[in-house]
Amino acid sequence: MHDSHDFKDVKIPIGPQHPALKEPESFLISLRGEKITAASVRLGYNHRGIEKACEERTYTQGLYLIERICGICSHSHSTCFIQAVEEIAGIEIPARAKYLRTLIAELERIHSHLLWLGVAGHEIGFDTLLMYTWRDREVVMDLLAKLTGNRVHYSINTLGGVRRDISSKQKEEILKGMDILEERTKYYIDLAKNETTLLKRLQGVGILSHEDAKSLGAVGPTGRASGIARDVRKDDPYAAYAELDFKVISVNSCDVYGRTLVRLGELMESFSLVRQVISKIPDGPISVKVPRKIPAGQATSRYEAPRGEDLHYVRANGTEKPDRVKVRAPTLANIQSVSKMLEDRYLADMPIVIAAIDPCFSCTDRLISIRDTRSKEKNTVVWETIRVKGIEWYKDQGIDFASLNKKLSKRLHF
Amino acid sequence: MFKALFHILIFPGLLFLFIFGLFGEYLDRKLYARFQNRVGPPWFQPLADFIKLISKEEIIPEEADVTVFKLMPILAIVASAVAILYIPIWREQAVFSFNGDVIVVLYLLTIPTFTYFLGGWYSRSVYSMIGAVRSLTQLFAYEVPLFLCILASALLADTWSLSGMVTFYSRHLGYWFCNIIGFGVALICLLGKLEKVPFDIPEAETEVVAGSFTEYSGKLLAFIRTSFNIEMIVGSSLLAAVFLPFGLNLPRAVVFPLYLIQVLFIIIVVSFMRSLFARLRLDQMISFCWKFLAPLAFLQVLLNLILKVVLPR
Repeated sequence: MHDSHDFKDVKIPIGPQHPALKEPESFLISLRGEKITAASVRLGYNHRGIEKACEERTYTQGLYLIERICGICSHSHSTCFIQAVEEIAGIEIPARAKYLRTLIAELERIHSHLLWLGVAGHEIGFDTLLMYTWRDREVVMDLLAKLTGNRVHYSINTLGGVRRDISSKQKEEILKGMDILEERTKYYIDLAKNETTLLKRLQGVGILSHEDAKSLGAVGPTGRASGIARDVRKDDPYAAYAELDFKVISVNSCDVYGRTLVRLGELMESFSLVRQVISKIPDGPISVKVPRKIPAGQATSRYEAPRGEDLHYVRANGTEKPDRVKVRAPTLANIQSVSKMLEDRYLADMPIVIAAIDPCFSCTDRLISIRDTRSKEKNTVVWETIRVKGIEWYKDQGIDFASLNKKLSKRLHF
Repeated sequence: MFKALFHILIFPGLLFLFIFGLFGEYLDRKLYARFQNRVGPPWFQPLADFIKLISKEEIIPEEADVTVFKLMPILAIVASAVAILYIPIWREQAVFSFNGDVIVVLYLLTIPTFTYFLGGWYSRSVYSMIGAVRSLTQLFAYEVPLFLCILASALLADTWSLSGMVTFYSRHLGYWFCNIIGFGVALICLLGKLEKVPFDIPEAETEVVAGSFTEYSGKLLAFIRTSFNIEMIVGSSLLAAVFLPFGLNLPRAVVFPLYLIQVLFIIIVVSFMRSLFARLRLDQMISFCWKFLAPLAFLQVLLNLILKVVLPR
């Protein structure tokens, strides 16, 4: 239907602050009635300069900083980074450490997928689903807290292995937790297949065809729901995945419903993976010693995070600090497809379509360009300026790092 | 004169509705929380929220039409509070009644939705305007089946006055069963009227922030929330009077608690339904109302027309 000439599209801003988004990001959506006519995405509200900050820190310090790229897939980023560093240093970590990294990785995937299911429920106004899944998610969060000491940033990785071992009592607790969660997940699968309002809101929404998914480079569950059966765990096995048996879940429905089914299927696979790890885990040391200085070289590492393929590049220059660190989070690969998925949809589908790629915007933001809207000038700030500005700012607050360092070195030397 | 003032201001008017509305809100929130395996709020939470909002700063957008923006929440309360005067709640006779008051009550219950539309439209924010249009679109979907169901019940009773209908049904108790389809349809329409899941489209948080009420704050927001509570009580009372006319000829000490129980029962059903479903899309909601609810309501009308001839009076 052709609208009359005086009927203009309404532009509504979704974000940077909006209840549909859990993190600041800006979507500008043009609406005609309830229909979306155009959507544009703008990244860059969450840039924290982590890559650059890593260059100023040692590898061990950088590991803890890298872990803080994301609150949900923290283990993914830290493992991906450390794999690259270990490759440059030419270190083979003990088999037990590999299994422990796999164990934490799969527990993290379980907690991330359950979290996603709840968020998806909230986006379509199904708050009961949110409350149920997040209650069940506590089981795996508690397990992670018991195993590593932390609920969110596990910090289990260390250069050359892992930081903590598990006891046989903990193994039993994990198995018990998996039984509970498996039963709950079966219930959610049943719910997803039978609940009418849920099906109405998910089926046929946010279509991303197989070809589009390929050309836009969708990864993880977003790609696997469009029939791209790619999984780094299978294609390029790391940690202990080569010795474990699991299926790559993929469906061909290309919509949000497919993405839900893929994640639910992956949950079931993760339970089986955790059980296999517990039964196969070999005895032995959990870490090897690594020199502080990493020899010059470079490496790229891939890792299947809950949201898709995570990629880290590290270049070492022979000192104890990296020369360059580059992070490409899975959301950066998936965000391109959102505008495609929103084409010709309703405003009401917008939250769930954005949520269906399981976006993690603060993982993604690697760059910020500040533009003065009045003078239209782009302003690029270099690292040294920020450093000086930071020191000045703290001086104004009454904290002088120069004098602190002096005091500290005095105390250390005498 | 004093009697009329008492009815309007205290019982069954504003004060009673306000207190019962707060309790209804508490019950709804608590049950919703318990269904979701949460603890839920303590009993005084709705009152605490009200006092908090009353004492907060009121921000009116620069672009907004101040008069309309301020007037609408009060108009919403007034319209639904007036409607209760025509609904028989503790005896067969309402405070005021005349032949045709069914139409007036239904009309008065439509006014709050219009005030939400106008308030949202004149606050001039994109989210409010989209929410306002949505609430009006939704109105056209649920209003017709709701009206048809209540009018079908009036047809069978052969009167256009609510008090007359209640008298008729309490004398012929078996006839209540004839309106069971209408009761189901009207309950679903009530969800739409109160903007609750699965029909909370006008204030869908993840899409349009708070819909029409995005720009409201402080006292005005408190009034809007109160008007929703009152609307919930009045809507439930209407359904209770029309579809659950039990024991109205019993002594007054029994009838009043019975009325409270009937209203609370309807609130319980509403909060149960809203914890079961996901929110529908506007187009799905409209097609559901017109494809399923409206034909069912027509069926009820047809059924009652036939029954009117067949059944003894």
